[in-house]
Amino acid sequence: MRVSKRATSAVALGAAFALVASGCSGSDSDGGDAGASADGAITIDGTQPEVPLVPSNTTETGGGAIIDWMWTGLVEYPNDGGAPRNAVAESIETTDSKVYTVKIKQNTKFHDGTPVKAKNFVDAWNWGAYSPNGAQNGSFFADIQGFGDVHTEDPDGAEGPQKAPEPKAKEMSGLKVVDDWTFEVTLAAPTAVFPTKLGYSTFMPLPDAFFTQKPDEFGRKPIGNGPVKFVSWEDDVQIKLTRFDDYTLNDKLKIKDVNIKLYQDDTAAYNDLVSGNLDFQQQVPVSSLAGDKWKADLGDRAIQTTTPSTGIIAFPIYDKRFQNAKLRRAISLAINRQEISDKIFFGSRKPADSWANPLTPGAKQGNCTACQFNVDEARKLLAEAGGFQGELVMYYNADASHKEWMEAVAQQVKTNLGINARAEGVPTFAVFRQNINAHKMKGMYRAGWQQDYPDVENWVNPLYVTGGSSNDGLYSNKDVDALAKAASSAPSLEESHAKFAEAVALIDQDVPTVPIYFGGQQSGHSEKIKKLELTNVGELDLSSVEL
Amino acid sequence: MGRYLLRRLLQLIPVFIGTTFLIYWLVWSVPGDPFAGKCGERPCPDSYVNMMTEKFKLDEPLWVQYGNYMQNLFQGDFGQTWSGRPIGDIIATAYPNTLKLAVVALAIEAVIGLAAGVLTGLRRNGFLDNLVLVSTLFMIALPVFVIGFVLQWVLGVQWHIIKPTVSSEMRISELIVPGFVLGSASMAYIARVARTSIAENRRADYVRTAIAKGLPMRRVVGVHLLRNSLIPVVTLLGTDLGALMGGAIVTEGIFGINGIGRQVFRAIVTKESATVVSIVVVLVLVYLLMNLLVDLLYAALDPRIRYE
Repeated sequence: MRVSKRATSAVALGAAFALVASGCSGSDSDGGDAGASADGAITIDGTQPEVPLVPSNTTETGGGAIIDWMWTGLVEYPNDGGAPRNAVAESIETTDSKVYTVKIKQNTKFHDGTPVKAKNFVDAWNWGAYSPNGAQNGSFFADIQGFGDVHTEDPDGAEGPQKAPEPKAKEMSGLKVVDDWTFEVTLAAPTAVFPTKLGYSTFMPLPDAFFTQKPDEFGRKPIGNGPVKFVSWEDDVQIKLTRFDDYTLNDKLKIKDVNIKLYQDDTAAYNDLVSGNLDFQQQVPVSSLAGDKWKADLGDRAIQTTTPSTGIIAFPIYDKRFQNAKLRRAISLAINRQEISDKIFFGSRKPADSWANPLTPGAKQGNCTACQFNVDEARKLLAEAGGFQGELVMYYNADASHKEWMEAVAQQVKTNLGINARAEGVPTFAVFRQNINAHKMKGMYRAGWQQDYPDVENWVNPLYVTGGSSNDGLYSNKDVDALAKAASSAPSLEESHAKFAEAVALIDQDVPTVPIYFGGQQSGHSEKIKKLELTNVGELDLSSVEL
Repeated sequence: MGRYLLRRLLQLIPVFIGTTFLIYWLVWSVPGDPFAGKCGERPCPDSYVNMMTEKFKLDEPLWVQYGNYMQNLFQGDFGQTWSGRPIGDIIATAYPNTLKLAVVALAIEAVIGLAAGVLTGLRRNGFLDNLVLVSTLFMIALPVFVIGFVLQWVLGVQWHIIKPTVSSEMRISELIVPGFVLGSASMAYIARVARTSIAENRRADYVRTAIAKGLPMRRVVGVHLLRNSLIPVVTLLGTDLGALMGGAIVTEGIFGINGIGRQVFRAIVTKESATVVSIVVVLVLVYLLMNLLVDLLYAALDPRIRYE
């Protein structure tokens, strides 16, 4: 998942008070004279990308959004969150879910005019997987045969003194270019969900020009194959994109220029939006949600939507105190999620009632029986588990707005179960994640998950399978592992989803984490924009924008 | 005078080395692995962490890292951020913006603060005096972000007099409101210090003499009284430039100005020692040079002060 890197400083926290103090209510906006033309330009909100824009090396939202706009993958995800459909790919065919033959459309071009060929995909993937290149998303290629030969693990972890051995090969044996427009992918094991993954930014093609310069130099002036191309990047100020006129797929832009203003503070962006100096903000600041102020400010230009993300509180199962499933279930049942949704989030985030976010294909609604609110059952289970000794601390990172809801959860557990629970903030996300990654948490901790690609697989394998990339609590259940493995290698998505449903039923008995809320997003746009749509992850769909 | 100047300049060297090391050490000891939160809710691949560790020599002890940094610094190389951006570039783009904002703030606070101070110092206990006393109290009591948000909301969002955020061209006209916000607290202090100083010197012998000589009041105040009363104000103003630049982070955030505050904040959070040190070093130099300038100005304002 991508992580948002907007600094939420003291500035943002002060905003709520300042706005109340100035006694403002609804505001009218006269900005944005509608120039409904194909040469129109919009200015939207963004954050400075953390690293140069190389698809397989970007893991945060600021750069991720720009990569999503500048590139088109083999498949694309429809805005309604449904199953992916072919984009650059003409066809992706398989008989056994292990060997895939990918044919690509012959008329698509990179922004520098060179055609998008099969080798542009193969070379890009090999580059991302080759461990000395250090791509942040390198592990996404692990499905492909021969990944172990190009991506070596450090024998004693990154902290240890030993160095990772030089990989045996530079290219994965599972990738073969058949001709200019065809390539063959052999996976290490059958994986039905593989074609779904191909819309994620890590799998984007790279032009020949990428391989003749340093990745960082390319990333400062990126060349993609999507509906918009790169114009300029002024650090911390703005990134300019413009329509790619030779774009041949159907999501062509109806406007011309897109100017992404890189704000450090979301309240500043919001004030620009309300006064008509900004055309779109993906997430309005928390301070404007209180009392639905943002709806009063924006009127019918306020967009409330859901995102495929879930707020979770996880158990460190490596800690003896949390190894009893009855105790975990008791804690989960003692939380009144509806109340948290109403009182803390003003209804903008819905109470979680399933393990995978229900917007995801293959996910089932309401399959989290541990997500109900049942104090009697919770007390009974707690007694059966032998109670909980000592203090139960719930940790969160204090550099984003998590304090209120974490404290509410802790208070509910305390009131309903009589456990001495409290919430504690860890100053920064970095320190927080360092302790989580090192499995050194001394209590429950906040986590969150936003899907990388729309399939229930993305909600089970990384989170609840032994050795999963984000299974930080070290939950392990052999039966879940076996079912998830069977599900991942099922020949069809239907069979895969059915198996995953069985795995989720087992997870529901073990309660390795506590889902709390489903993500919501509050966006706003200017009067200048007459029509827009949001993508399946809540980003602005540039091709839908009409002025 | 020349020897004094030389001595003061030589003093800069140990201060420079001391501050750089202290800051480097402080950022180095901030807890947290810079790459732990980098990849979101999953750990970064080892290959990425290894590459970064190697590139920035993060496995070396503190003094080796600091030594490397200083060695490069003397060759004019400030180093790189984690994302590979030269820190020299950041300084070159962010510093002029912050300096511009701080100078506008300084000019506003000097003009308004001094005018208010002189007027109230001459006519104490009148209506104007009380008004200035109350309004300065108000400005000192309110945190900068409150003044900033209120002005931005009222002037920018409600009345459309200004744009809520400053454009990338950083025109002086756009900087007046942010400058006022940034300098508001200092403005109040300057008004109060100037008022006391003027009121005190108003009763001094040389002022009485000047009035007795029959000089016009404008000349008595403008030349004799003001010049002597300026010393505490100049001290305040001089050290304030550094304080304004260092304290601009909140104002920069509210008005969306790409200045050093944002860069330092980002660098501290991500443990980029080199960026923090480089930016702060320049800030330290501003402080030191402004202090020197203030000391030299004393001699110009008060003939009784001599340096050798």
